[in-house]
Amino acid sequence: MVDITEMLRRRTVSAATGTAAGQLTLADLRPGQRGVIVGLDDSHVAATMRRLCDLGFTLGAFVEVLRRAPLGDPTLFRVKHYEIALRRSEARRILIEPSDRAAEQHRGSAQAG
Amino acid sequence: MHDHGAHGGSATAVAETAPRMALIGSPNSGKTTLFNALTGLRAKTANYPGVTVSRSEGVCPVDGQPVVLEDVPGTYSLDPVSPDEQIVSDLLHDRLQGVARIDGLISVADATTLHRSLVLLAHVLNVERPTCLVVTFLDALAQRQGHLDTRKLSRAIGIPVVGVIATRGQGLDAVRDLIADPSAWSTPVVPPPIELGEVDAWIESVLAAADYRPPLPDSRTSRVDAVLLHPVWGTLTFLVVMFAFFQSIFTLAAPLQDWVAQFFGWLGGLVSDHISNRWVSGLIGDALIGGVGGVITFLPQILLLFVLISLLESVGYMARAAFLMDRVMARARLDGRAFVALLSSVACAIPGIMATRTLPSAKDRLATMMAAPLMTCSARLPVYVMLIGMLVRPGQRIGPFPAQGTVMFLLYLAGAISAMLIARVWKSLLDRRGTVMPFYMELPPYRMPSLRSVALAVWDAASAFLRKVTRIILLTTLVLWLLLNLPARSDSALTQAGVDAKDQAAVSAYVIDHSPAAAIGRAVEPVFRPLGFDWRINIGVLASLSARETFVSTLGMVASSENPEKPAEALEQMTVQRGPDAGRKLFDAGTIAAMLVFFIYALQCMSTIAILRRESGAWKWPAMAFGYLFALAWVLAWLARLIVNTVRG
Repeated sequence: MVDITEMLRRRTVSAATGTAAGQLTLADLRPGQRGVIVGLDDSHVAATMRRLCDLGFTLGAFVEVLRRAPLGDPTLFRVKHYEIALRRSEARRILIEPSDRAAEQHRGSAQAG
Repeated sequence: MHDHGAHGGSATAVAETAPRMALIGSPNSGKTTLFNALTGLRAKTANYPGVTVSRSEGVCPVDGQPVVLEDVPGTYSLDPVSPDEQIVSDLLHDRLQGVARIDGLISVADATTLHRSLVLLAHVLNVERPTCLVVTFLDALAQRQGHLDTRKLSRAIGIPVVGVIATRGQGLDAVRDLIADPSAWSTPVVPPPIELGEVDAWIESVLAAADYRPPLPDSRTSRVDAVLLHPVWGTLTFLVVMFAFFQSIFTLAAPLQDWVAQFFGWLGGLVSDHISNRWVSGLIGDALIGGVGGVITFLPQILLLFVLISLLESVGYMARAAFLMDRVMARARLDGRAFVALLSSVACAIPGIMATRTLPSAKDRLATMMAAPLMTCSARLPVYVMLIGMLVRPGQRIGPFPAQGTVMFLLYLAGAISAMLIARVWKSLLDRRGTVMPFYMELPPYRMPSLRSVALAVWDAASAFLRKVTRIILLTTLVLWLLLNLPARSDSALTQAGVDAKDQAAVSAYVIDHSPAAAIGRAVEPVFRPLGFDWRINIGVLASLSARETFVSTLGMVASSENPEKPAEALEQMTVQRGPDAGRKLFDAGTIAAMLVFFIYALQCMSTIAILRRESGAWKWPAMAFGYLFALAWVLAWLARLIVNTVRG
């Protein structure tokens, strides 16, 4: 039998672009804004980044910021048709390209990529 | 110690021959509702051996033959981010000691979140064991204008797929038919890819083949959340819900608790009326009936608490409350979900500790459990009322506020702040080993509560409480009673000692004064003298180790032995009998302050110790909790006395 844990641990979070200055992250978007995930900060704990991917925060996925908690953290997002809350510390690791409604028309192709 | 209850026994007995299935799915996937629908009351909960990860196992009858189902802890991925998540993949690989091998895997996925949920299925299929897929919430998918063809999905993935609406019982027969024989299940020719880019493409292609149309956002949930998560209205609603939660525990449960207390009082009365031997009637009436009755008095409160918790949980409000409170709980290095456990502990630490099962990380569970006993539980209330009554006069005021109420409020506040600080310390200690779990929390759509799940959660809590706790309480009250009443004395022996055998108060005074408990109370005087306690308070403290509220009745017994007419006056006029400060008023302000502080911290509750053992999976946690809380209680009580005595000159 294959050890699935070992196999999954060897996965790499693809095409990480690092945290270049000026790069927008999910933590920078305001409620109501949307964005496409363009990268994941690979300088962070690898297991955490793989988990965020398994939760749906994959390259090319569309994310919508729904609302922030009254005390400012965490923030509620919609990704892959469900709602999930992340703290700023994790949202900061997800690099984003803000998108408008026009970009959303390409949703299907973007997600497949 | 065996963790098997009556139902669990049957599950274990059939484990040798019956097929064993593991239900695996993400939290909120409807996995536990499905498990409950298939197994009903034939389930038991425990922990996996040696770890703080709870485990449910149950039996599902299929054509009269038992099939054992294991409800695996909810997970989003088989790639563990913490040692407790490792349990799931260890289970799938039959690597868990003391857990029998699994014959088939039932993957559970929410139809409304298939784009995410099939990631876990891809992981599970790579374990290469017989696997089937149960798709839940098909009704919600249709309602939100989504679509799925389960037959086409089965063909596309290559494994059996069944759609169910577990709350309505729809599709359950198909699941039962399926799990009768996992060897007949079809398997995919090649397992799906697991690399991060490739698994997305696989999911897209499989869902396209199954004519899947994802659901529209749940408009009802969005509308409700616009209010319940609103900065102003959301916070207000939260406070109102928590206030109502709190109030109902005390006001609704109070009459029920009175009835239980009255029933046991009546039972005790029967015993003393019908058994003439003073010693035997005391043993049965005070120790057995009084002891068990004293614990069962808390049952209504615990039941009500669990009804409310599981109702709020299954509607979906608990996730919202956790979302609102996360920032506050983050100060204790916990996440918002720990809030419910700490709040419940204000009624009683037992349901609070049991409520930690909803926390995803074992470290959070342990840190919350270690801190929960610090929240001011209702058993401290009678002790506080008595001591505050001796400390401040009813008319006294601190500024514009009545002094008695203010002191009570400060005691509650001290408990809550200490709990947060202690949780932070424990979490920091635990975090030094291993990685820190990232925080993420799904907010599921609001759903109608499943009454069956609520009933089962309440049943589970109540039976665990009664089974585990009464045994330990019974034992300790028996031992305590014997310590206070041994050796048995005949009337003639009493008369010889100069005691009127007909005078109940005189007899009990003599018996207590010459009991092993008094000897122990005197023996531990050096330990407690710095706090201002003498042997009489020590007896109370020792007795309160089983349950805090016995402190009041024990001191009452001691006091009434000195002045049976006015025990309260006797208590206030007591003086220290020996030692360096003999003649000092025993209950002076410094000593009372020390006692109050001692009761904030000390872990004086056998039931809590028993439940800590059960929920943490090892004796070392209750042992450590008892140790550190006792040390903390002693040091801070000493400080409190020092400060009060210094201030008062």
